[in-house]
Formats: sequence, structure tokens, C-alpha cells
Amino acid sequence: MSVFPATAAAKAADRRAARGAGTGPASRDQRAAYLFIAPLGLGFALFYFWPMIQTFYFSFTEFGPFGGHTWIGGDNYARVVKDVTVWQALGNTLVYCGIGLTALPLALVIASLLNRRGLRAVPLYRALYFVPFVTLPVAVGLVWNWLYNGDFGLLNEVLGWFGVDRRYWISDPSTAVFAIGAVMVWSTTGYYLIIFMAGIKGIPRDYYEAAELDGAGAVRRFFTITLPLLSPTIFFASVICMIQSLQVFDLIYIMMGEKNPAVGDTQSVVGLFYKWAFVENAQGAAAALAFLLMLLIAGLTYLQFRLQRRWVHYG
Amino acid sequence: MRRRTLLRSGLAAASAPALAACADQGGGGSEGGGRTTLSYGMWDPAQVPGMRRIIAAFKERNPGISVRIELTPWASYWTTLKTSMRGGTAPDVFWMNAVNFQLYAAHGVLEPLAERIARDATPLERHPAQLVRLYAYEGTQYGIPKDFDTIGLWYNKALFDKARVPYPDPTWTWDDLRAAAAELTDPHERVHGFAAEMHRQFVIYPTVFAADGYVLRDGRSGFGDDRTIEGLRFLTDMIDRGWSPPQSAMVENVARVRYWSEKVAMVYDVSAMSGQMYAVPALKDHGGVTVLPRGRRRATVIHGLANVISAKSDKKAAAWKFVHFMAGREAAEIQAELGVTISSYAGTQDAWMKSMPEFDLKSFIDMEKYAVPYPSSKNTAVWENLQYPLLGAAFSGKGGIEGAARTLGEQMDRALKEERDR
Repeated sequence: MSVFPATAAAKAADRRAARGAGTGPASRDQRAAYLFIAPLGLGFALFYFWPMIQTFYFSFTEFGPFGGHTWIGGDNYARVVKDVTVWQALGNTLVYCGIGLTALPLALVIASLLNRRGLRAVPLYRALYFVPFVTLPVAVGLVWNWLYNGDFGLLNEVLGWFGVDRRYWISDPSTAVFAIGAVMVWSTTGYYLIIFMAGIKGIPRDYYEAAELDGAGAVRRFFTITLPLLSPTIFFASVICMIQSLQVFDLIYIMMGEKNPAVGDTQSVVGLFYKWAFVENAQGAAAALAFLLMLLIAGLTYLQFRLQRRWVHYG
Repeated sequence: MRRRTLLRSGLAAASAPALAACADQGGGGSEGGGRTTLSYGMWDPAQVPGMRRIIAAFKERNPGISVRIELTPWASYWTTLKTSMRGGTAPDVFWMNAVNFQLYAAHGVLEPLAERIARDATPLERHPAQLVRLYAYEGTQYGIPKDFDTIGLWYNKALFDKARVPYPDPTWTWDDLRAAAAELTDPHERVHGFAAEMHRQFVIYPTVFAADGYVLRDGRSGFGDDRTIEGLRFLTDMIDRGWSPPQSAMVENVARVRYWSEKVAMVYDVSAMSGQMYAVPALKDHGGVTVLPRGRRRATVIHGLANVISAKSDKKAAAWKFVHFMAGREAAEIQAELGVTISSYAGTQDAWMKSMPEFDLKSFIDMEKYAVPYPSSKNTAVWENLQYPLLGAAFSGKGGIEGAARTLGEQMDRALKEERDR
């Protein structure tokens, strides 16, 4: 991925190094370096770059369900733009993205709590928070479906103690998106927690000690030391988190089912892509949708990179 | 150097069994004499034992041909099949349903069977005519039914006794069903009289047909039709009155499960589920089944699977022998005896009925006379996928079924027009 700020610098350094090494054949070291990155590069070219080009090409064709395709120009894009379900799915996806991003402050708070000196059993907590992330989304979805179950789910039972009425969380259009979003946050927080804990470990202890001597409290220390020095890490996490939330699919697919009355209110762009490509035999239009989603992700990521200049501090 | 040789011999050793396997099947490519191995694509693991027995019987008659079952789970059956068609690895013979049939036939990936049927006098007339017609496209037969299913009214006798309501019988009309549902509903026990689930094959289509409405006729949608809407309203009315759980509740606990746990007194369900109903001890003891109640007319939906041959198969002669054998009495009897599904071959259903004597399974066969075939067009999945999202709110007790049905009719017509224009 060329999205990381480091790569631009690395490329410049590369160029400098190449110049330094002269214009002749690459040195042994360089050859070794290329050999080492070749497997990854090959994988990237074969499984990411080539399909991307193919998708772009197929988005201008009508695709036979059993092979063969005909060029139809921009019709697929016209269909995507005109289809109301696309806009609905886009809206839902942005809501998922918004909910998904709440995993970051949550993880940050837990990470700084876990980073307190003298706290015991930190590895245990870390593992406990990380388990949901490494659990298969299918398993996560199935278990949460039981918890949310309107007739005998645990959630309704617990809320019942506080006088809250029983409801069908994932089949009520007004709650379904949030019910799924909550599971998303639940299952990804652990991942960001680990990243943040590593980031906090990288902040020199003396800063905190100095601040403490000056009488800064825990909250003050968090906002004046942890947060600014962690900003590159937070930035990295927010880019990853946004991309992942924009691509949400499996959890919704598992939790919703086709006969759910809230299905239109929860469908994500990737969900719609799946439906077009694999159920309705509209592969060309699906390719156009996928390509537009890629542009959207690229655009939002670019925006994040522009905005980072205002709040990310390096060194 | 030594390492390389080792590697090479290792590779050779690893590929040897694979090559042998290829050679084993490769003989099948030439159909004249020798051994031929057909691949047979299907999705239902419950039917594997029955199919194995049919294959064994087939092999006895045709010693040169063996059949290998390729089982793909339902969830990925159609995507896998489509992909393997493109890649040239599709099974020689495979299961087909009404929803997908026309798409496959229209794109020329199925082998036309009409000539072979005529030549070998395949007993098509012994299978239900509506079903046989489902697997013909533009006048040509591409598939031969292997089984059939209809929808019946299942009821819980214990709940009927408790509410002192007489059991459903073939004289029942919608009014009887409504009255019974009201009596049987018990909010304290969270028991509902009926489950008006949003399920097209089991509930919506049979009800629409019984209202004398239609789903698809001459390339036009029937969802805007007044009679169709009357049928749909019969269902949503049950929900609005509280005699049926709303769809939002039946997402999380489907009608069948509610029936199994004795929380719903009556459900519409398919004959193929009989075995599973039978496996629930309480229902084996006090469950019953009868024909669907009469609306404006008597109706149910008939559907069944067919065997088809891939147009890309290079063993068509052998594949036809197998399909022809499956269309006959002997294969149908083996299938029926195992009690999994009703064989479509006339007169072989006794074995199936006897496999569950406590249930009056004859109702499913009696309904064949007035059963309406499962509606389908070239790209059925497109307009079928419009139904649940558009009808969902009305089936959840939010009202507005008429508007929802008319919108569905318009959108379905648009999809059908697009299908024709393609």
C-alpha cells in the first residue's frame, strides 16, 4: 500500500541510494533486496493489482452468467448512480464507518488504563480484549444473534430488569444498524488496543515522570503527553479502521438473513455488490459498484492524509 | 545439485497419484467401451444414501459406467456451479430447480433432451405434467423431474384440544383457519394460532394462488392484481390481529422452529420437511397435516428438482443413460423408500407415505391435482429479491400491504422488461 507517509520518504531515499550506487547494474545488496520483496510484490500484482484492472475493464461490459461479455460503455455506471438502493447502501455504509470509528477512542482509553504502572495481569487483559478480533465473523455473528434474540435473548432479559421493553434488535429498522455496528466495535476494539498499547510503550517514561514532578494529574498527562505523542499511531489506526468499516460485509450477511424486514436499512455497499454479482447475475454493474467503492475509499483516505497535517505530530 | 534432484523426484512422486487418478477417469472421455465415470452434482446430504443406492442399481444395468457424487452445500451450490461451468469442470449431470432453470437453458449450457426422450421412450407422462413443463424452455425439454413437493397445513393436536377447536380437515376454508387462529392464540403462554411467515414458496405463493391471484403471467407481475393483494392481506391481517407473530419476530425464530417448540398451532410447510417433523417426538405424537384451506379456490405450490445434463459434458451418451434411468420406476421406488422426498414418478409414493404412518401424508399427493407450478422466468432471482425488502414492513405489522404490493408489482414489471430486452 502506498498510502503510508513513510513510503514517500523511503522512495526518495531509494532514489538517492540508487544515484549513489552509480548507473551500472544493481549492486548485490539491491538484488537481494528485490528478491526479498519479490514474493510480496508478485502476490500484490497477481491478487490485487491485476483484479483491480480487470474489475475496471469489466465494469464497462455486460457479463454472461456462464462466461463471455459484451462492451456496453458507461451503462453500468449510469445504473449504479440511478439505483436508489445504492444510495441507501452508501448511507448505511457511512453510518457503519462512523460507528466503527468509535472503536478508536474506546481502545485508546482502555490502552491508557492498561498502561498504568503496577497493574497486574496485563497480558491476560490484552488476550481477553484480543480474542473477539481473532474469532471468525461468522461465529461472532451467530453468537450475537442469540444475545440479541427478541424472544429469549440475554440482552432483553438484562434490560428487562431495568424496565426496558423487549424488542427485536436486529429486525427493527430503527435499531438494526446500531446493533450490528455495536458488534463491529466489540470485535475490532482489541486490535486497536494492541496497536495503541505498543504506541504508548514507545513514549519515553521520563516525560511522564517530569510531568508528574510538575504536578500534572493523570488526565492532564493523557492529554498533553500521551495523545500528541501517540498521534501518528492514532492516524494509522484511523486509516485502517475507516477502510475496514467501509468494506463491512460478513457480519451483516450472517446476522441479517434475507427475510429480515430491516434488510434494506442495513445493507452495505459490499453486501449490495455480493447480491448483484452472485445472486442477480449482474456482474458488470457489480464491477462498476466495486470500482466506485474503491474510488470512495481512496478519496476518503486521501482526505485523511490531508487532514493529518493539522493534528499528527512526528517526533 | 543433490538438493535439486531430491526436489524433482519429490515432485514426481507427489504428482504420480494425481496422474494415475487422471488416467483412471480419462478413459471415460471415450464413450465407446471401457469405463466411464460420470460426475453428479447435488446439494442435499440427506439424499446421498438414496442416491448411492440408485447409482448402485444403475451400475448393475450399465457395468461400464460409474457415477461419482459431487456434493456442494446449498449456500454455495449455484455460485460454484456457475464458476465451474465457466472453468469447464461442471458435473456431467446435476440437480436443477425452477428458479435457476430458465437462466441455464437460455444460455445454452444445458443439453436438450427432447430427441433422446422420444428415442428411448422415457416415461415423462408418469411425472406430474406441471413439473415436466417447468423444465421445458421454448418448447424443448431440458430436465426430467426426480421428485416433487407441495405445501400442506401442519397443526398441533394438543394445542387444538386445549382450545377445544376441531382439527383442520379438507373441508376447511380461510374463514375456518381465521376463526381457529383466533381461538388458539394465547398471549399469556405466548402461543400464536398461525404463523403468517414471509416465505414465498411456503406461505405467500400458495395464499396468492388460493386467492385466485397470480405472481407471474405472460411476462407480467401479478403483485398489483386485486386478488393477489387480497391473498397477501389475508396473511398480514393475521399479524395485525395478533394471531400470528410479526415477521420481525420470525426472523429470529422462524415459523418452523416455533411450530416445533409448540408455540404456534398451525403452519404452512413443505412436504420435504415431513421427515424433520417426524423427528420431533412431541409432533410425531400429536402433530397432524392436511391440505391447505380453500380461499377463492383450492391451490398449493408444486415444485420439484430435475436432473439435467451439462452441454459441456464430453460423456453425454453415458450421462443420458443415467438420467433416463433416474426417470424410471426403479429409481423412483428406491428414492421413495428412504422417506426423504416424494418421488415424482406416479404410483411410487406409497413407500414414502408408509415411512411415516402417523402423518396423513396422502394430503400432499392429493393436492397435486390443483397445484400451481412454482413461478419462474429467465432471471427469477432478480424479481424474487425485490419481494422481501418491499413486503417486510407490512409483514411486521406496520400495515400498508396494498401500497407495498403495488410498488412490488411495478418494480417487478420493470425487472421483467429488462430481462426481455437483454
